[in-house]
Amino acid sequence: MVQERIIELLAEATATDAAEITADTAFADLGIDSLDLTEMAMQLEEEFGIELEMKPEIDTVGKLTEVVESLKG
Amino acid sequence: MSFRIIGTGMYVPPKVVTNDDLSKIVDTNDEWISKRVGIKERRISENEFASEMGLKAAQQAIADSGINPEEIDAIFAATVSGETSSPSMACMLQNGLGLSCMAMDISAACSAFIFLLETAAAFFGLHKEYQKILVVGTERMSGITDYADRSTCIIFGDGAGAAILERGENYLDSVISVDGGDSVIKIPHTVGSCPWFTRETESPYVHMQGQETFKYAVTALSQDVTTLLERNSLTMEDIAWIVPHQANKRIIDFAAKRLGVSKEKFFCNIEKYGNTSSASVPIALHELAKSGQLHRGDKLILCAFGGGLSNAACLIEW
Repeated sequence: MVQERIIELLAEATATDAAEITADTAFADLGIDSLDLTEMAMQLEEEFGIELEMKPEIDTVGKLTEVVESLKG
Repeated sequence: MSFRIIGTGMYVPPKVVTNDDLSKIVDTNDEWISKRVGIKERRISENEFASEMGLKAAQQAIADSGINPEEIDAIFAATVSGETSSPSMACMLQNGLGLSCMAMDISAACSAFIFLLETAAAFFGLHKEYQKILVVGTERMSGITDYADRSTCIIFGDGAGAAILERGENYLDSVISVDGGDSVIKIPHTVGSCPWFTRETESPYVHMQGQETFKYAVTALSQDVTTLLERNSLTMEDIAWIVPHQANKRIIDFAAKRLGVSKEKFFCNIEKYGNTSSASVPIALHELAKSGQLHRGDKLILCAFGGGLSNAACLIEW
């Protein structure tokens, strides 16, 4: 559910077909910048009731999903 | 005790610096800046200091209000890029206008214009004889911008905005918050030439953590607008315009999305001037007032956020 939502947000932000985004997709490959990631992080914080710090090492859909899943508990 | 705004003024220097101009000195391009930040050009001072720009904005506000300068009881000014630490900007403006009224600065970076209004409201309450106050935000941001740093030099511009306030009842409510610290936004002074001072120096330019600033700004803007609406039993339909600090179009767009309100409700002129810090709200207010889209009796929310960290918003009736 978390991954689907992340993919949905990325697809919306980049006007990309959601089917083309997978767990292995790197944010850099989608051509999004740091503020796009901040917007997405704020959206995820609100929706999942978490506090999320976007560190540089969180650079793929899969890694972000893991972080959000663990914060959600 | 409060006031109503009876005149506005602005001044920007004539030199236009486009995104293409900047792309010749740093690695950037017009498409990215226009699309991602919302700025197409900014004005840059070639030979005017902040006090000189502020004086021109003040003179226009005085003319717009139809008062004589001698009627002004106090001048409150704000700047982070003035040419002197002393005299204060307000003192420079008082001298330029040839007045003898009280004058002082308020320091709150990009949020400062609303801090000036708040201070004016307090002074109208404190001094029953005060009838008119001049408030001015003026900036030569180009003087504190690092033109080798592409993340900040594309954002800032120079200019000044002013308003004449008259004792009245139209400053309806306000919220002001401060979360002090220098880790997100910082403009250091030079450390001087003292041979015994041993701390490392930082460049005397705007240092800004983009992501943290964005997050703070969006949250502050959304919360402050919501607070003012709720506290005054208003809905967005009651508000004619929101006039936000022009920091970055994406902050405004994302805050609008979170508030569930159309972007059209936000007055924006960032594409022409960039971020002019304390001057941005009064410049926007002046352009809105002169555009014919603002009518007496309209309710407005002015909101700003920036260094400090600080954020503030106010509800006014035009």
